[in-house]
Amino acid sequence: MTAIPHEHGHAHHYTTTGLDHRKIAIWAFIGSECLFFGSLISTYLIYKGRSVVGPFPHEAWTNPSTGQTFPAILDIPVTSASTFVLLMSSLFMVLAHASVVRGDRKYSKIWLAATALAGATFLGFQAFEFTSFVHEGLTPRTNLFGSSFFILTGFHGAHVTAGVIWLITLLFIDFRRGLRPADAINVDLCALYWHFVDVVWIAIFTLIYLIQ
Amino acid sequence: MATTVAAPPRYAVPHTKYERGLWSWLATVDHKKIGQLYLYTAIAFFLIGGLEALIIREQLKGPNGQLVSAEMYNQLFTMHGTTMIFLVIMPMGAAFFNYLIPLQIGARDVAFPRLNAFSYWVFLLGALFMNAGWIVGAAPDGGWFAYAPLTTQQFSPGLNMDFWVIGLQILGLSSLAAGFNFITTIINLRAPGMHFMRMPIFTWMSFVTQFLLVLAFPIITVAVTFLMLDRFFGTNFYTITAGADPLLWQHLFWLFGHPEVYILILPAFGLVSEVLPVFSRKPLFGYPVMVYSGILIGFLGFGVWAHHMFAVGMGPIADSVFGVTTMLIAIPTGVKIFNWLATMHGGSLRFTTPMLFAIGLIALFTIGGISGIMHSSPPADLQQTDTYFIVAHFHYVLFGGSMMGIFAGTYFFYPKITGRLMDERLGKIHFWLTFVGMNLAFFPMHFAGLNGMPRRIYQYQANQGWDIENLVSTWGARILGVATLVFIWNFVKSRRSGAVAGRDPWGAATIEWTLPSPPPEYNYAVIPTITSRYPLWDAKSPELTADVPHTPEGEKRTDVSVGGKETHASFKGPSDTHMASEVAHPSAKELGIAMPTPTIKPLLASIGLTVMFLGLILKHSVNYQSLWLPVLLAGVAFFVVSLYAWLLSPLEPEHH
Amino acid sequence: MAADHPHSQTTYDTHGDAHAAEHKHPTWKTYKWVALILFVVTVVEVWIYYIPSFVASRAFVPVLLVLSAAKFAIVVAFYMHLKYDAKLFRALFVFPLLIGVAVIVSLLFLFGQIAVRA
Ligand SMILES: [Cu+2]
Repeated sequence: MTAIPHEHGHAHHYTTTGLDHRKIAIWAFIGSECLFFGSLISTYLIYKGRSVVGPFPHEAWTNPSTGQTFPAILDIPVTSASTFVLLMSSLFMVLAHASVVRGDRKYSKIWLAATALAGATFLGFQAFEFTSFVHEGLTPRTNLFGSSFFILTGFHGAHVTAGVIWLITLLFIDFRRGLRPADAINVDLCALYWHFVDVVWIAIFTLIYLIQ
Repeated sequence: MATTVAAPPRYAVPHTKYERGLWSWLATVDHKKIGQLYLYTAIAFFLIGGLEALIIREQLKGPNGQLVSAEMYNQLFTMHGTTMIFLVIMPMGAAFFNYLIPLQIGARDVAFPRLNAFSYWVFLLGALFMNAGWIVGAAPDGGWFAYAPLTTQQFSPGLNMDFWVIGLQILGLSSLAAGFNFITTIINLRAPGMHFMRMPIFTWMSFVTQFLLVLAFPIITVAVTFLMLDRFFGTNFYTITAGADPLLWQHLFWLFGHPEVYILILPAFGLVSEVLPVFSRKPLFGYPVMVYSGILIGFLGFGVWAHHMFAVGMGPIADSVFGVTTMLIAIPTGVKIFNWLATMHGGSLRFTTPMLFAIGLIALFTIGGISGIMHSSPPADLQQTDTYFIVAHFHYVLFGGSMMGIFAGTYFFYPKITGRLMDERLGKIHFWLTFVGMNLAFFPMHFAGLNGMPRRIYQYQANQGWDIENLVSTWGARILGVATLVFIWNFVKSRRSGAVAGRDPWGAATIEWTLPSPPPEYNYAVIPTITSRYPLWDAKSPELTADVPHTPEGEKRTDVSVGGKETHASFKGPSDTHMASEVAHPSAKELGIAMPTPTIKPLLASIGLTVMFLGLILKHSVNYQSLWLPVLLAGVAFFVVSLYAWLLSPLEPEHH
Repeated sequence: MAADHPHSQTTYDTHGDAHAAEHKHPTWKTYKWVALILFVVTVVEVWIYYIPSFVASRAFVPVLLVLSAAKFAIVVAFYMHLKYDAKLFRALFVFPLLIGVAVIVSLLFLFGQIAVRA
């Protein structure tokens, strides 16, 4: 990992549309992800209210055989906070991109770091959420709600994780040799991915958390 | 024709280890080599899948067959279907996408050459994974559709379906990566002047197919992920006692499965749409309509999936809606059939082997299409579902359609790939054996099915009205076996001793035929400027394309000015076509063309990915269970390191 | 450089479109307004979640869907610059998105999670 190439890809090559290959590919990828998350969200909604045993997302449940009571699982205040953090990370991301376009080395580092940090904070919230659910008696094996909830939000979390790693890589390159305006495309790709992960969360927050 | 030269062109002597022997294949990022890898791999799996079919037919040739056990039979029909769909027809499509798309659009490679290599290696390892079940005596046995909950741990213990679930997951990643690559390639690497409505029709059908791939595979990825989690980690997606819906898998599977049908057939449609005009000496009839009908088929293909599920009782509304959409999709499909017929109508037909296979597709696919419309009607489907009538239908569509198209394409493009023509006499023997064998094998299945013979049974009693039908089918399958041997012999033999092809052995119209056969590494020394749909015919026989639109500068058809150098693209007179191939072809370096550096990093990344999944399957093994997590994590680590090494190294040699 | 790439100097300018799009990019001001709107809409969403009478009303679900769709659209249009960028990207995103939404809606119909009231 000694030489980090400046502009790999095809910047000097002829392209039909004048657009960068990678940007076309990432939009096609994002389109494909719509179907990926669409299937996951569908499954969650199809299985909503069909779990044979609790705990349930929005109402408390008493186990008829043991008499044990489980609270409603979803914690709206905590998730609202993590939603806010993720929304703000999108702002940091566009600012990071704008800084790289301007050639502002100082602020590119600051905003990239802020975005990665916000992403990591979101993941921290998710880890907290998952562990507290497990303590409250909900695992992916408990019921249909547990399976579909953990897998949907888990896959979203995995996407955030990949995004944080991507951001840290960009940050590393920025410290190592500096991101120039010519590198803006690399930040742009990461930003598109990051914002998409954010809009998926916008959908999840409403469809899974708020609608009862 | 091109008999003035003794051998296809040879290119620069290899300098580095990446240019010769095994390394040149393992490290290749050249779309033409990757296309050939797909082609050879798919042919190998065609033999394996065909062997499975032959065993099935031998078992069923008479009542109470004793050749294989019920368990073995389940594995055979599951792997026959899975192999033919995912390891033969799809990679055959990929072989042609790889080889042809850059040539047809006037590009030097695909948009992401290393990702392309990655797609192939992931495909190969996934295919081997899928078949690894045979080695441990537990090949997948739940049908190619793997209906959950039947395929959950409770009803399918053992490793069988683990191999299927994980194998399909790996194969899906390959298709997705390839899909993004080709979408980008077609959008962004078309030569100047190659507007969308000038693209060769094969590239168009491939373009539609790529969208189907990237939109349909995420759905099956999700369905398979659920099944994987259910099997390995005890989640409840398909656990009926936990309240799961037995139709969830079916809906997700067929949401993918029906677009998949078009993923299998559209490339074949594209291939015959290239072959028919050439051997009719006429432009494709209704090119724009062919394009729009292809797009419409792709779009409607997402709205018909539940016609596979009429028997589950979805209710009258859903049944009616899916019945109607299915009948609707027959319209653009029928349009294609009529356009092909109209292309041939009044043409000067030459019945070469590719032409025979293309005509075979029209005839046989039409039969399969019509039986398809028969079961688009829910009441009729209730009689036909799960019988041999369905088996007959999809073999007419997939063998009579996809495979015939693929054979047409193979004979047609073999000279471009190898520099030599396949033997015409053997080719015609292959065609007639295939045509007769295929009809003998699959036509009687219609009657067996209507007489009530269910699918997926390994034995049947005598005198139920299926005995003759089954015997005839078995004979048909044997003939197909012989036909395949003829094909393989021809394929291998012609590589050495076939007639030298020259640039354009068939008198074709599209720009890939201006290149030497086989083309140099960089394809086009000069990127051509495209002025019409049929540039070669414009130059050589303008009367053929008088009605086809050109650019206003259409007169400047032959010369291209690029980079200040006055150069000439090769659309010249016919004499140029068979231009002596031994003319020295300069290397990319001599021409100053930057080509991607060969690298094995994509291969390493795909190995890491496969090791990761290998770790997962160890979780269900008896002896190595404790190793599953370390192996999985090692795979992840290896994948991540290879990926970083790949992404952080430049695609091309640094400029000096 | 040009000598290395004999095909790079066609009349088709590699950078023209990309730069034109770059100049139309929104400014810091737009970005901050967008962030503020996203914040306010999210507050409204959570706020109405805590009004039991509204949650019980028939308007609750449609209002939430509209609000989140608005947030979704704003992020895509401004932060992902789909409003400013090449039309091609719009097609690459919107077409799959529509298929995805259609898949969700039709599956919910088929599984009886939403129904047409006669
Ligand atoms: Cu179908």
